[in-house]
Amino acid sequence: MASTALNNSLHVSNLACIRGERVLFKKFSFTLYSGKLLYVQGENGSGKTTLLRTLCGLSMPAAGEVLWNQQNIKALAEDYFGQVLYIGHLASIKDDLSAVENIQFSLSLSGYIVDRLQVIEALDILGVARCADFPSRVLSQGQKRRIALAQLWLQDNPERIPLWILDEPFTALDTNMIKKLEQHIDKYVKRGGMVIFTSHQTPSFEDGLMQDLLLGNA
Amino acid sequence: MNNRQKISALSMMFRILKRDITVAWRRRSDVMSVFFFFIIAASLFPLGLGVDLKLLHSIAPSVLWVAALLSCMLSLPRMFETDHVDGTLEQLIISNQPILLVAMMKMLAHWVLSGLPLVLIAPLIGLQFNLNMEELQMLALSLLLGTPTLSLIGGIGAALTLGLRGGGVLIALLVLPLYIPVLVFGSGAVNAVTMGMSASGGVALLGAVLALALIFAPLTASYALKISVE
Repeated sequence: MASTALNNSLHVSNLACIRGERVLFKKFSFTLYSGKLLYVQGENGSGKTTLLRTLCGLSMPAAGEVLWNQQNIKALAEDYFGQVLYIGHLASIKDDLSAVENIQFSLSLSGYIVDRLQVIEALDILGVARCADFPSRVLSQGQKRRIALAQLWLQDNPERIPLWILDEPFTALDTNMIKKLEQHIDKYVKRGGMVIFTSHQTPSFEDGLMQDLLLGNA
Repeated sequence: MNNRQKISALSMMFRILKRDITVAWRRRSDVMSVFFFFIIAASLFPLGLGVDLKLLHSIAPSVLWVAALLSCMLSLPRMFETDHVDGTLEQLIISNQPILLVAMMKMLAHWVLSGLPLVLIAPLIGLQFNLNMEELQMLALSLLLGTPTLSLIGGIGAALTLGLRGGGVLIALLVLPLYIPVLVFGSGAVNAVTMGMSASGGVALLGAVLALALIFAPLTASYALKISVE
């Protein structure tokens, strides 16, 4: 498998998003290629989450379009969704299911089966392996966050999932864990993955890897 | 970690169903409360009306059907709500399967958890109303054909009112008028048997309404769900 041969592109042209009566941004364009990171910055309420949700197809833009490999994501629909991993503010963890059950279900939504051992392995990397079988309602916010992020270790093959969209992945994590996550993102991008994320902490990635994007006051 | 299998649409649909039932099983009280509501609501009539067996016998089909309708409606707000609150709904919408199939599975899960138990217990409750064997069979059959329609139509209401305050009452207002055909044909079929006539017309119409709902309800609900997460 030639993992360096990936050349996907995400192209955004003339995008405009409106929330209620307010125009968050308009005439907004950029292109992102395989092996690149996009760091979306902006104040609270500048439209970071809206942008991310628009890019993964949850919100419809008021104008403009999002193209994945030159095709509109609205037309691609499930074909596009199957290639994107979106982790938003909500951890999408069911309180009544255990960590393992939650992760197995999340992965089956993107079309994959993982066995228990693989999930435990990923949870171990994140330091939450001992919570694997507790019902999620007894877990702390930080632990839930880590369980949601465990998907990143199970979906880290850029040939299957070429795009990660992460909304504030570093919140509720301790410094050690932030470092680990940064390294993992770095590894994924170097294998040809594409990552779009927001964060209020300035992450430390190599210069050539990361593109910046500033929202607000446009 | 690359030795993962790709799964089919059918397999994913089964997983959604299985997960909903697992979650419900761990929260049995939610499902049980609806089930017991049906039993109690339907049992109040024989207790209140006393020993007039003839009257009981003649109102039985409508009473049992109305009780089934109301208890089915009680559990409707829960159909998508928890998924909406914890973010699973977003993931379901951007899963690699059509949202239509997802909506259909959620409705099926709702029926398995709230409709099917009613079908099974209704003949027993019907005994309190002095219904005979033939009438009890028709009651079960009409519920078997009618309750899936209730879940399907109810799913549209649940999807439309998702995230609204006071959604529960709104669902009732939206959905109850749409339940009328099911109520009319369902209790009509049982009534026909109690009066010694053929029930085939009512049964056929119940089947027709179910077929129609099966086509339109998941489609409508899936659009409503997409709007609700925007």
